[in-house]
Amino acid sequence: MKKFHVTTTVNGDAVEYLCDPRETLLDCLRDKLNLTGAKEGCGTGDCGACSVTVDGRLVCSCLMLGVEAEGKQIETVEGIADGDILHPLQKKMIEYAALQCGICTPGILVAAKSLLEKNPNPTEEETRYWLAGNLCRCTGYDKIIRAVMDTAAEMREAS
Amino acid sequence: MSVTKPLPHDAAPLHVSGSARYVDDIPTPKGTLHLAFGLSPIAKGTITAMDLSAVKAAPGVVRVMTVQDLPFANDVSPSIHDEPLLSDGTVHYIGQPVFLVVATSHLAARKAVRLGKIDYAEETPILTVEEALAADSRFEDGPRIYAKGDADAAIESAAHVIDGTFEIGGQEHFYLEGQAALAVPNEGGDMLVHSSTQHPTEIQHKVADALGVPMHAIRVETRRMGGGFGGKESQGNALAVACAVAARATGKACKMRYDRDDDMIITGKRHAFRISYRAGFDEQGHIQGVSFLQYAICGWAQDLSLPVADRAMLHSDNAYLLPNARIESHRLKTNTQSATAYRGFGGPQGMVAIERVMDHAAHELRLDPVELRRRNYYEPAHKVAEVQPHEKPLGHPDPHEDLTSRGAVETGTAPVRPLPAGGNTTPYGMEVSDFELHGMTEALMKSSDYAARKAAIAKWNAENSVIKKGIAFSPVKFGISFTLTHLNQAGALVHVYQDGSVHLNHGGTEMGQGLFQKVAQVAASRFGIPLEMVKITATDTAKVPNTSATAASSGSDLNGMAVKAACDTIRDRMADYLAERHQADPSAVTFTDGHVSVGEERYTFAEAAALAYQGRISLSATGFYKTPKIEWDRIAGRGRPFYYFAYGASVTEVAVDTLTGENRILRTDILHDAGASLNPALDVGQVEGGYVQGAGWLTTEELVWDGKGNLRTHAPSTYKIPACSDRPDIFNVALWDGENREDTIYRSKAVGEPPFMLGISAWLALSNAVAACGDTYPALNAPATAEEVWRGVQRMKGGI
Ligand code: FES
Ligand code: FES
Repeated sequence: MKKFHVTTTVNGDAVEYLCDPRETLLDCLRDKLNLTGAKEGCGTGDCGACSVTVDGRLVCSCLMLGVEAEGKQIETVEGIADGDILHPLQKKMIEYAALQCGICTPGILVAAKSLLEKNPNPTEEETRYWLAGNLCRCTGYDKIIRAVMDTAAEMREAS
Repeated sequence: MSVTKPLPHDAAPLHVSGSARYVDDIPTPKGTLHLAFGLSPIAKGTITAMDLSAVKAAPGVVRVMTVQDLPFANDVSPSIHDEPLLSDGTVHYIGQPVFLVVATSHLAARKAVRLGKIDYAEETPILTVEEALAADSRFEDGPRIYAKGDADAAIESAAHVIDGTFEIGGQEHFYLEGQAALAVPNEGGDMLVHSSTQHPTEIQHKVADALGVPMHAIRVETRRMGGGFGGKESQGNALAVACAVAARATGKACKMRYDRDDDMIITGKRHAFRISYRAGFDEQGHIQGVSFLQYAICGWAQDLSLPVADRAMLHSDNAYLLPNARIESHRLKTNTQSATAYRGFGGPQGMVAIERVMDHAAHELRLDPVELRRRNYYEPAHKVAEVQPHEKPLGHPDPHEDLTSRGAVETGTAPVRPLPAGGNTTPYGMEVSDFELHGMTEALMKSSDYAARKAAIAKWNAENSVIKKGIAFSPVKFGISFTLTHLNQAGALVHVYQDGSVHLNHGGTEMGQGLFQKVAQVAASRFGIPLEMVKITATDTAKVPNTSATAASSGSDLNGMAVKAACDTIRDRMADYLAERHQADPSAVTFTDGHVSVGEERYTFAEAAALAYQGRISLSATGFYKTPKIEWDRIAGRGRPFYYFAYGASVTEVAVDTLTGENRILRTDILHDAGASLNPALDVGQVEGGYVQGAGWLTTEELVWDGKGNLRTHAPSTYKIPACSDRPDIFNVALWDGENREDTIYRSKAVGEPPFMLGISAWLALSNAVAACGDTYPALNAPATAEEVWRGVQRMKGGI
């Protein structure tokens, strides 16, 4: 099948790749750009492990085609830290031991960051429902929620 | 000391930046090929014709393999060689791998498998308990029976008798990282296999057999798994073997990962059970006798079903001293996925049944369910004298068995200990000498404010007709050790480099439970150095051989001790050398705060290592550990299968909408016994995650097969694991402040599986809420989905 040439921006860097029009954005990120932070947990939009933002909007990259990324601004987990300086959310996830096997963690971070950008002061219930699309089989979620709530409080104080 | 510190997971900084590598993230050699299985669409029959020409012609397909293309062992079973990698001409469940496609991309392989044209002579599959019993389709020749006293006579003469039968559903592991393997051919026919597995040694063994080479030609490496929960104890064998045979055939690296649907359709799950019970109680609620009939649905291959079903029997007492008990267990062979290990390994099913009995009895006698349970508890630890271990003669292992697997059958017979008459013994004759639940229950009753909340709920229920609330308590007593005694061993390899940095390796695998961190804490403590000086490395069969699966919650118990032994060997050598140098006694050499002191002299650990190196002292050592005191005869059901027990207790409160069956967990309080915790942060994480997973099993997670044996719930869209929004509104988790009475690593206790069963209190709380709708006992099945709760409400309202 004919390959398409896609030019897009990922974590602020201009990138390009050739892809089959049936390939998902997730596969393009992982296989063509070697950005393996986004994971495939289901491939059907149900688990959130593949979460990225596209022009600021939270999406499941397994549900979007690689060709649709043309001209867009994509943010992935790899772009959350500023070089070696971790984002407050990342620090809190570590501090709260809010991860076990860690494979849900990239998606949860992308989703939580997008929540805090939209709503710096979410209630616990809002946080829980916002993250309800990000499955975690290990932690039971409690520490994740606490980490996000505490980050929100700290970021509000800092700003 | 690094032990007992609440440190986060060792790889946490990698995880939060997305740079922690799982098998599918490992950079692959150029030209790596991708694999997918063609699956059987029928549950039972024989292949009459196979036309794979369209598959071969599909874009990107490099090779198509069937059973004819497997020159050596066609076997991925962890037990009795009844599980071929590719169908041998017969098929036994919908989803069984029939042929293998090797293609240039994952997508190409997946698309190509759909093009296979295979004709089958279909037979009627065996899918239910009734069908299996009618056909006498089972593993082992007949049921296993463990007994203590005379249960039937005790029940007959009891003042109150209850009975019932209920279903316990299976459970999909839903590790968020699906099964995956990557095989890279090395020179001379050797093979390096990266596998997402809890059992690298078994992968090595199976791959060696499939390639017709000795185990030394195969190296298996596992850095981490994205969740395992038992689902990667044997279920990774097929992918690793497929990759290896394809890599051998093509000379290229081969990778395979199951898509979620394939993963759920192909791999085994927790065993579903049907359990019937009959129990007799006196007026005070003291149990006189109980009899269980357990039917375990094992699926098409034996896998680990025998020890799973054994463990269900071994937990049929849970926390209760049963004066008379009889447990009969049937292991039924059906045309469904081969049920396998899953956190708790049968223990949860056995425990659910006795908790059901307690709940039912409390309802019958109108006694507080907590009080009734406490009256039946084992005697507290301090009242019980220590039991002496018995020497166990070695049996004669069968060379054809996979001895490293829990599916292997224990050979040899342990000497039978006469049952202590009426002692503090389990139905299998083990003295319970470490019982903690009296104190824990008391503490949890207070911290959870149980009595006041129970009264408030009764009031609420009297005033509200639509939303009913329920509250329930459940205890856990879980046996720690592999019941296949010889698996209770572990090895470690430790190097100290001349700059004082330490390289740590052991046979355990990391699946998120934090094993690597805990074991590294042990190593750092032994050398008295900061944790950063210890490098945690991937599990590797070339470093530590002949390992057991990381399973049965045994990871830190076994590997922690093995690492301790290795570190102590090196430490003793360093101490001897430095003592000699300074004319001191070796016992006067201390290792603390990153320093080694001998007399007045104080070296940094790095200086001490450099000195020892110059003094030509070996700074590398292996360590080994085997669990003491255990002996077990699984046929007689007698002995001491467990080194010790881990305990826990939970109280859950729920609310139920009686019009729809919809429900919520409002509050959960947990007190869990991790002994002297090696790492409270990681242990609390295990407790929280275990509870939520256990509650998921018994509430929302329902596996549904249709009448043809098709699994209809094979994606997260149809199979509902708990989400963030399902977590209890209030979730109080605390560790019991105690220490292991047995001499485990720093007196800690295993914590992987036991908390899973705390989730039983959620199921019982739903039952309690439904009970508020009438006078009869709700008799819910598990999982108590919204539908099942609704049905329960209807039964109550109908007075049945
Ligand atoms: S992989 Fe995209 S939502 Fe699960
Ligand atoms: S930490 Fe394993 S899935 Fe979330």
